Amino acid sequence: MKATAQARAPRRYTGDLVLATATGVAVIAILGLLLLLLFEITRGGIGQISWKFLSTAPSKGGLAGGIWPAIFGTMALVLLMTIAAVPMGVATAIYLHEYAHPDALLTRLVRVAVANLAGVPSIVFGLFGVGFFIETVGTRIDDIFYDGGLLYGKPAIVWAAMTLALLTLPVVIVATEEALKAIPRDHREGSLALGATKWQTIAHVILPQALPGILTGGILAVSRGAGEVAPILFTGAAYYLPFLPAHPTDQFMHLGYHVFVLATQSPDVNAALPNLYATVLVLLVLTFLLNLAAIVLRARIRAKLRH
Amino acid sequence: MWQQATNRRRKHVLEWLTEKVILVTALISILSILLIFYFVGRKAVPILTNEVIQQTANLAEFFRPNGTTPDGHTTFIWQPISERPKYSFIPLLLGTLKATIVAMLVSVPLALLAALYTTEYAPRQVREYIKPAIELLAGVPSVVLGFFALVVMATWLQKLFQFEMRLNAVVSGCALGLAIIPVVYTVAEDALSAVPRALREASFALGASRAQTLLRVILPAALPGIFAGIVLGFGRAVGETMIVVMASGNAAITSWNPADSIRTMSATVAAELAEVVYGSAHYHTLFAIGALLFIITFVINSIGDWVIGRLNTRLQGAKR
Repeated sequence: MKATAQARAPRRYTGDLVLATATGVAVIAILGLLLLLLFEITRGGIGQISWKFLSTAPSKGGLAGGIWPAIFGTMALVLLMTIAAVPMGVATAIYLHEYAHPDALLTRLVRVAVANLAGVPSIVFGLFGVGFFIETVGTRIDDIFYDGGLLYGKPAIVWAAMTLALLTLPVVIVATEEALKAIPRDHREGSLALGATKWQTIAHVILPQALPGILTGGILAVSRGAGEVAPILFTGAAYYLPFLPAHPTDQFMHLGYHVFVLATQSPDVNAALPNLYATVLVLLVLTFLLNLAAIVLRARIRAKLRH
Repeated sequence: MWQQATNRRRKHVLEWLTEKVILVTALISILSILLIFYFVGRKAVPILTNEVIQQTANLAEFFRPNGTTPDGHTTFIWQPISERPKYSFIPLLLGTLKATIVAMLVSVPLALLAALYTTEYAPRQVREYIKPAIELLAGVPSVVLGFFALVVMATWLQKLFQFEMRLNAVVSGCALGLAIIPVVYTVAEDALSAVPRALREASFALGASRAQTLLRVILPAALPGIFAGIVLGFGRAVGETMIVVMASGNAAITSWNPADSIRTMSATVAAELAEVVYGSAHYHTLFAIGALLFIITFVINSIGDWVIGRLNTRLQGAKR
């Protein structure tokens, strides 16, 4: 008996060591790959970044010049998207957490829909944008208000933004709901006990406290929306435009789309590489800063939740 | 008095109205899913109903052999732009499957081991940093991963494996793997940390080592969640577009060889819809691919979410 116990002890120790090492190595490998990606992109792009690059339009088919119109287009796109996605997402989260009965069929259906919306491939969103927003809604608007002219029934920044708003909706809903969960029940009951109505409670007690969470969701949505290319391929992005988008029906240039076209359809990719690296770096820095902000905000909310 | 009564009534109307507005907004999510299915599906329907289009593109054509190889075997060809267009889905399905398998082989072991490290071995302070770092990886836009795969990874992997074709299923699969590591990691980590502490303590109290507790108690308890993570990662990989359109080579080759270039379903839609003739057989075929992609990912995601939901109810039950 004693002998077997002794014989087993070292093997158990080895198992622990092997597992601890293997799991640690996996973490290092993942973070190493992330760092490698950051390092390679930074190394390739940093030399090209200058005020001129950020503030001028591309020339020679993207081989020279800057990326200002793409930066502007990306910002205009995500601004429009946010205006649509955040109110919809916040309202849905409020419904799910404040109004709905958790086990009701409708509540479950909404939850299933949100989860599935998050899993729809981005290219399918692009097809949907074409089939619904452009060819159905847009054409209808043109028929009714513009006498069959072609204004809304074609790729436009507003349709790209609406498509992205649906894609990022689950991000806003999940973040807002998490913030709502963090608000203690007492606050709701206290407000109701003082005679406030349900909506007064939500508007004056709940929402102000949920604001950091809503902000987190908004930032994550912007970050996701700024980086998505597949949904805007056919709904409004253009590779080169001589003007900045000023009207909802204008097309727009976009950082991610710029990278995609320059990398895959440029006649001489090697000549385009410096500008390509720099554009990727700008896109990456933009999304990373947004993500970092969201992560810090969320960490604060979670810390509050724990207390 | 009368004034007060009106105010109260106004308050009631406002209450009623906001509740209805919020309810209607919440229905947008359900409506969106239905509209996506309807509007993508509607454009695929002529494949089944329009006789002119059916002459070149129909369900049978999508799945039966439609060509021969130089050595005389029958094969499947995707060749939409030619005098006699050929619309076989088989090379596209095969390409999607190959890239996804490579992605799973790369991402699942790494993500699961990393999740185990985070919940079981990492010191508290380290844990606080690993999760946000992996969330940062999730924040890398797929077009950036695609560019990285196209310019950097393809060169390294070609040197390593001596690929004939620079862009292939392995290159795009590895980049896809990077994209889905955060998905698998997050769900698996949630499942592992949701295992009740009592189970772990009971195992230690019975004299089990850390590794034994992990392998025989914690992993089995978290298995449904881990499975859900893998399933959701799979769904994401099948639908991911920009990485494959940039780094897969985009050649529709019907073979099981991972070193061959591939053309996935998502990349086919992304690359061809811009130049297709509106209303042509090719146009409707691309929407059919989109609809198929939607159905496949919908089923996969539903399975994943269902498992997560069941796990949550069970763990809540255990806590009570």
